[in-house]
Amino acid sequence: MSGFLSSSIARKVAMALSALFLIIFLIIHLAVNLTSLFSADAFNEASHFMGTNPVIQFAMQPVLIFGVVFHFVMGFVLELRNKGARNVKYAKFNGAASSTWMSRNMVVSGAVILAFIVIHFLDFWIPELNTKYVLGDMSGVLPGEEGYRYFAELQHKFVPVWRVAAYVVAFVLLGLHLAHGFQSAFQSMGFNNKYTKCVKTLGVIYSVVIPLGFIIVALFHHFNH
Amino acid sequence: MNLTLKIWRQRGPQDKGQMVEYKVTDISEHMSFLEMMDILNESLVEKDEEPIAFDHDCREGICGMCSLHINGEPHGPDRGITTCQLHMRTFKDGDTIYIEPWRAKAFPVIKDLIVDRNAFERIQQAGGYISVNTSGNTQDANAIPIPKLDADLSMDAAACIGCGACVASCKNSSAMLFVSAKVSQFALLPQGKVEAADRVRNMVAQMDAEGFGNCTNTGACEVECPKGISLDNIARMNREYLKASII
Repeated sequence: MSGFLSSSIARKVAMALSALFLIIFLIIHLAVNLTSLFSADAFNEASHFMGTNPVIQFAMQPVLIFGVVFHFVMGFVLELRNKGARNVKYAKFNGAASSTWMSRNMVVSGAVILAFIVIHFLDFWIPELNTKYVLGDMSGVLPGEEGYRYFAELQHKFVPVWRVAAYVVAFVLLGLHLAHGFQSAFQSMGFNNKYTKCVKTLGVIYSVVIPLGFIIVALFHHFNH
Repeated sequence: MNLTLKIWRQRGPQDKGQMVEYKVTDISEHMSFLEMMDILNESLVEKDEEPIAFDHDCREGICGMCSLHINGEPHGPDRGITTCQLHMRTFKDGDTIYIEPWRAKAFPVIKDLIVDRNAFERIQQAGGYISVNTSGNTQDANAIPIPKLDADLSMDAAACIGCGACVASCKNSSAMLFVSAKVSQFALLPQGKVEAADRVRNMVAQMDAEGFGNCTNTGACEVECPKGISLDNIARMNREYLKASII
């Protein structure tokens, strides 16, 4: 089995599996975010459920963190090894003649997404962990106030222009990453049949709709706080 | 037409090598690219300079020997052809043309534009064959029914001439299009299915041992391949490998 995991194809498949897992996660994340456009209560309820349900917190969250870390670490390791496979560079290399910018620069879009995740964790995830598990306040309610705090925190975060701008840039790069990554994950797993065209179309739709949804949420709260 | 050529010169495997500029004049647009190189070499010989070493053999686009990376693309800017089938009409008077060897750690330069592609041979030897009794009582291949589609797909994969343009065009120097073509041409046929699991495992292991990079599905290899080998073969190889390793 260790031989299998050290092979090039096994690593490709591992990248693809972690990618598909993150693709599903993004749908769930966006679904919760979109509720904030229509109802503060719905967003509060959904956030409180996701933030306090033990199955989500202690079973799914660690798997998610592992998936994120694995995808980044493996992605960067593979990129370095691939760079090493060409020890002398071409004086002239016309990559654009035969492949898309997205496909050749997954590590660039990946690095931007990583930078975004750092900001995003500092903004939301780490304060949440601090409140719930360091301070021990699982109520989701601020002292002296009524109702859950999540919607107000969301609105507050999207007041500064720099953060909204940073998020929008990161989501555009996420879209470019997905535009190649979605169909690439299926190809890596050997999925190639009469449904391949559907997968490619679905990939294009997904890579536009998901980032656009996140952008709309960020802009909506920036202009409606 | 008059052209400026920037060509990689390297005396031997240990030499560092560098790009050297040459001027060629009165080149006919009807010449093939390799004929243009021949003319340059004749002029170098006349000047008592070392001619430029480059691979070529049949000059009919079928042997897979020619291997120049021209203006940033293997076999030049045209599609579906090898360098010997590239003609000077593709270029304009006054153009500067970069001519380099295939670049990959697994394809070390022997001299100038010639690289050692024996890594491909070793991958083939690791499993690119079928074990058939050839003692004189070999069964007629036509006695085995094969679906037309499988036969066609196998033939398409077998069109690979092993030139290495896939490796040269890939930003990762990955050999997966080549290996997948060799895996596919056998995996699709009943004669090849018998040893399919060992074949894909051994060929992929050899590919990795040679130091080729990993495929990231950019698709550059498929576009640059002179024989139009499809990326579908890589998906098939991934499938075959997973089947052989897990099941």
